[in-house]
Amino acid sequence: MPGAIYAEGLVKTFGDVRALDGVDLDVPEGTVLGLLGPNGAGKTTTVRCLTTLLRPDRGSAVVAGIDVLKHPDAVRRSIGLSGQFAAVDEYLTGRENLQMVGQLYQMKAKAAKVRAAELLEQFHLADAADRPAKTYSGGMRRRLDLAAALVVSPPVMFMDEPTTGLDPRNRQQLWEVIKQLVSGGTTLLLTTQYLEEADHLAHDIAVVDHGRVIARGTSDELKARTGGERVEVVVHEREHIATASEVLSAFGRGQGEVAVEEHMRKLTVPVTGGAKLLAEVIRELDTRGIEIDDIGLRRPTLDDVFLSLTGHVAEVKDEENGAASAKQGGEQDTKQSGKDTVK
Amino acid sequence: MSAVTDAAPAVASTNPFSQLIRDSLVVAKRNLIRMSRIPEMVIFGLIQPIMFVVLFAYVFGGSMNIAGSTDSSTYREFLMAGIFAQTVTFATAGAGAGIADDMHKGLIDRFRSLPMARGAVLTGRTLADLVQTALTLFVLAVVALLVGWRTHTNIGEVLGAFGLLLLAGYAFTWIGALIGLSVRTPEAATSGGLIWLFPVTFVSNAFVDSSRMTPWLRHIADWNPFSATVQACRVLFGNPGVSPSDAWPMQHPVWASAIYSVLIILIFRTLAVRKYRSDTA
Ligand SMILES: Nc1ncnc2c1ncn2[C@@H]1O[C@H](COP(=O)(O)OP(=O)(O)OP(=O)(O)O)[C@@H](O)[C@H]1O
Ligand SMILES: [Mg+2]
Repeated sequence: MPGAIYAEGLVKTFGDVRALDGVDLDVPEGTVLGLLGPNGAGKTTTVRCLTTLLRPDRGSAVVAGIDVLKHPDAVRRSIGLSGQFAAVDEYLTGRENLQMVGQLYQMKAKAAKVRAAELLEQFHLADAADRPAKTYSGGMRRRLDLAAALVVSPPVMFMDEPTTGLDPRNRQQLWEVIKQLVSGGTTLLLTTQYLEEADHLAHDIAVVDHGRVIARGTSDELKARTGGERVEVVVHEREHIATASEVLSAFGRGQGEVAVEEHMRKLTVPVTGGAKLLAEVIRELDTRGIEIDDIGLRRPTLDDVFLSLTGHVAEVKDEENGAASAKQGGEQDTKQSGKDTVK
Repeated sequence: MSAVTDAAPAVASTNPFSQLIRDSLVVAKRNLIRMSRIPEMVIFGLIQPIMFVVLFAYVFGGSMNIAGSTDSSTYREFLMAGIFAQTVTFATAGAGAGIADDMHKGLIDRFRSLPMARGAVLTGRTLADLVQTALTLFVLAVVALLVGWRTHTNIGEVLGAFGLLLLAGYAFTWIGALIGLSVRTPEAATSGGLIWLFPVTFVSNAFVDSSRMTPWLRHIADWNPFSATVQACRVLFGNPGVSPSDAWPMQHPVWASAIYSVLIILIFRTLAVRKYRSDTA
């Protein structure tokens, strides 16, 4: 029995560009699938095919038990969509936008009004509710667009990069909203550039590249595939790199090589042994008189998964990402910047 | 989750026609709110025909020979039917630009993903433009009365003329809708909505006496749908310059205008709604 969102062999070409090259997906009811992938991978095209906005050249899709190609109208009654770019009417107020969407979901005018007020409250837009949306900030528009997708709490939701452009507080709040939705039984397909977000929200993750799903699994499964934990050290003096490398290779797991980034004075080595081992490394370096700027135990993040699978960088990323702390455990540093939205 | 069904799932049995009306009104309301928040658009839409009235009436007024008279007040009465008709055709550009703008901003995607009647986005837009056209006609009629335009028939005929003008304007907005869906930017929709209107409105009986055109041009003018509306207005207003041509649309202008408008609506509405749906699953 297929899940709430099911796709098989979706193909879509635009001229020479093969945007989708056989996408398969299966999202069980009441779960969240995180769709990850570099720019141009085909995430948006997948969402558009599943939400009846685009007709795939080949393949089939079933959403909420309804065949998308055969009964698009019925599918539209069962889905909510928040696209990659906020689709709100700039000249309407937030309230008017939501009321309109409610009525077009075939709600009665009065019910649409009540629902709009609730959503404005929930998305912290009540103060701006009666201002035209063109006076909203980017993040406020984004929230209005998300609210529009939630007007009827449809059984299946699609969100294309829902938190791009939101500040951390609003992102957190949206996550809460999403968790609430899902605990109520909603099935969600979410695309994101923020790996932390997928880690946080998604039960399953599918990594897309060049129009295909190249990996799928839970976040832990994907991380396990990428390899275990590592120690990263930044030494203070460039001359110490060689010695430090010697020290680290002694602690290295298996035939794990010490990776050196000369200009950063950073060394990385795969290890097993966790915090205890980290303490030993620190003692040993100290004994040898190597001054260190930073040291950390790093577990693979989804960033690593992403990089190793696609050979791309998920987003503008900098070197200090990850190693900059001696924080223990599966903490992931995330950089929420640099995703450029081209309008 | 139930198994995939091949049969269309049961839905609340809303009559598709009443849903179309309801959804169209929701969209029309949205467009009217928009228009009220961009009053400069409405105002420019008003200024243009008023400028035409003043320019034609005072600049050309004395130099035209209409129905054997070079009296400038005769020309003003002759002129107004043409200006009224030309004004309603300009709604084409507004509708086209509005729809192109919605596409550009992704709003059409939002609408396409909603369980609404397929034709409602375009119908709502054209209805809103109809309201704007009515407002423009009203203001224009007041200005025309001020510069000396008069009707010489009964109120029923005068209202009939305005009815035909609104119908023609509504028909043209469907052409605009199709243009708006076919171009990439609102700017292109504006110019694409306007340029072809110039030959259509000038190769007609609107501003000159078409009986004095070269025969082939006159033929085009006589069968031009736009001429039929102008002729119908002159007849229903009792204004001078009714073309004596024996071409069918000139002999039966009221019918001709109504039939032309309905045909344009049927053809362009079908094409536009199909285009709106195309590409979507
Ligand atoms: N309408 C279109 N016409 C032509 N090419 C298109 C069209 N839409 C998408 N593409 C192409 O299809 C490919 C996939 O695009 P898509 O928008 O699905 O990527 P994405 O994964 O959403 O990327 P991003 O992270 O940048 O949003 C890209 O190469 C894009 O250029
Ligand atoms: Mg995208």
